[in-house]
Amino acid sequence: MALTVLRRLGQTLFVLVGISVLVFLVFFATPGADPTARIAGRNASPETMARVRVEYGFDRPLPVQYARMMEKLFVTRDLTSYVNRGQKVVPEILEAAPVTLSLVSGAAAIWVVLSVAMGVTAAALRGGWVDRGLMMLGLVGISIPVFWLGQVVNLVTQSRYHDSWLFSWVPGLGYVPLTEDPLGWFRALVLPWLTLAVLFVGIYSRVLRADLVAVQSEDFMRTARAKGLSPARVLLVHGLRTSMITFVSLFGLDFAQLVGGGALLTEVVFGLQGVGRLTYQALSNLDLPLIMATVMYSAVFVVIANAVVDMLYLILDPRVRDGR
Amino acid sequence: MDGDMLLAVRDLTVALPVGGRLVPIVESVSFTLGTREILGIVGESGSGKSVTSLAIMGLIDVPGARITGSVRFRGRELVGLPPRAYRALRGREIAMIFQDPMTAFTPVYTVGRQIDEQIRAHQKISRADARARTVRLLGDMGVPDPERVAGRYPHQLSGGLRQRAMIAMALSCNPALLIADEPTTALDVTVQAQILDLLRVLRRDYGSSVLLITHDMGVVAETCDRTLVLYSGLVAERGPTGALFAQPAHPYTAALLDSIPPLHGLRPARLPSIPGSPPAPAERPAGCPFGPRCTHVHAACATRPPLVACGEQHVACVLPTEGHPLPPRRVPEMSA
Ligand SMILES: Nc1ncnc2c1ncn2[C@@H]1O[C@H](COP(=O)(O)OP(=O)(O)O)[C@@H](O)[C@H]1O
Ligand code: SF4
Ligand SMILES: [Mg+2]
Repeated sequence: MALTVLRRLGQTLFVLVGISVLVFLVFFATPGADPTARIAGRNASPETMARVRVEYGFDRPLPVQYARMMEKLFVTRDLTSYVNRGQKVVPEILEAAPVTLSLVSGAAAIWVVLSVAMGVTAAALRGGWVDRGLMMLGLVGISIPVFWLGQVVNLVTQSRYHDSWLFSWVPGLGYVPLTEDPLGWFRALVLPWLTLAVLFVGIYSRVLRADLVAVQSEDFMRTARAKGLSPARVLLVHGLRTSMITFVSLFGLDFAQLVGGGALLTEVVFGLQGVGRLTYQALSNLDLPLIMATVMYSAVFVVIANAVVDMLYLILDPRVRDGR
Repeated sequence: MDGDMLLAVRDLTVALPVGGRLVPIVESVSFTLGTREILGIVGESGSGKSVTSLAIMGLIDVPGARITGSVRFRGRELVGLPPRAYRALRGREIAMIFQDPMTAFTPVYTVGRQIDEQIRAHQKISRADARARTVRLLGDMGVPDPERVAGRYPHQLSGGLRQRAMIAMALSCNPALLIADEPTTALDVTVQAQILDLLRVLRRDYGSSVLLITHDMGVVAETCDRTLVLYSGLVAERGPTGALFAQPAHPYTAALLDSIPPLHGLRPARLPSIPGSPPAPAERPAGCPFGPRCTHVHAACATRPPLVACGEQHVACVLPTEGHPLPPRRVPEMSA
């Protein structure tokens, strides 16, 4: 077990290094693009050019350039933006990360609880009108574009009905740090959470229901019923517990991609300065250092999430534990 | 007549929806099972053995299924029993073991935990007491080092150990009736013999009656007091195993017996097997269902033959009533 964990950590590190090399090569070592000129700015004096070239090692071989870049990203953390001169990119990301993390964690909690409740209820009442109703609802959730939903939510809660008793508690758009004002944090995020969660509630409840229905025909479910267990116990203790294995892998990937910047639209609609927005800015300005930093950040999250999913697998599935 | 019987099944018919139509999968099956008796139900794959046993267990949950007839267990009617009452019975008074012990345990729990679960579903006892009983049961089933095995996951055990654990689980609440649906089919021959030994011992030590379902006449010969031969969802023949093996009255029984490989002596170059295959339930002919494969088929077989007494057996064939019963078999080497 310890060995498995160690091996997994090694793989994680290897993947991260690989991604950083790739991103570096794509953005900094593409022929024709002179990063020195871009960093130094238009009409920079030859002295400035020379200073930048030495600082970033652009006059040295590629491996040295790469090492410099990584040093500036992870050790000295003084990589600066091309666009907003003097703006250090690493602190910028560290500021955006808690926003995104708050948004995605809250939404994830909501979508896990709701989709498990819906999926299990639908599977238990399979074929009835409750089942059909819930799955229809899920489909609606999947089909609603998150950007549009966010706009409608804002329209209703921020302007149209903001003064009614129902929505007067809703604060203006933007983020409130949890450490400063927990209640304010909650108020500011609860609508973005729900908005972001809708799509995933739809997907997860449908996937879980399908899984639970498929698992019904397994031999071990028949054994559980033959033991005289109650239908609820058969469904939850034997069916749901087994279906959780696929559920968790799906969850890990979605969570990671959202934390890594995939919640862009929700962040934009609700005026949250998160990682998704930052990445979007970096790409639209072709701000290479910021791109480098945000991509590395996403990669770290996706890879860590994968590692966590694998660990959860080990806990959830004894067959994986034995390497079978 | 069914008074002192543990289980009396009469005219059990199970109809399942196939392609939008209710098709009788099992038709008018009747038999009885006494206390401490082992009854074998034999038949080719698809003859309705599993459906029959699941119907007795109340485990047919196909939407639109219709079960008619009567299943009396200890004098109590089970057909139409409310789910809650059935659940109290399942696992406690009637227990079942399945063909493939690999897939019959939930993969994510230890076998010990799954046996504890069954005990605790039916009795108010502590976790520790349940586990003590689990370990004792596993030991009784001939599992070496039962304490350790109880803590193992299903995939960590061999097929034989898994099936022993499955039997331990079935017996955990001292059921009066054990239904074993092809318990040895997925196991290799030596393990198969051990499991059959175990089933025979059960009757002695636990006082359980056993309904042993198999497609293997050899297993029946070794284990069962009485035998029921099922063909395409209908009873072809039933009676004491010895008599049925010595003088089968139904051509299908005779053909099944001919296809058992002999235990001793020269093996024939090719075992005679029955040509053709049984009809699907939806295409069962109106007359004798075995007609299309029977070497004795004639005009009278076009109407479905009723079950009639013939010697010690009951048989659904026109030959005995017409005065031409099948001759006794020439292989008297049966141990039943
Ligand atoms: N759920 C079902 N719906 C429709 N037909 C079924 C169903 N289950 C079994 N059958 C049919 O019933 C027949 C008997 O099946 P089964 O009892 O499993 O046979 P056996 O156990 O003797 O091999 C088969 O022809 C099978 O196709
Ligand atoms: S009734 Fe006719 S077809 Fe059926 S088994 Fe007897 S002889 Fe053969
Ligand atoms: Mg079967």
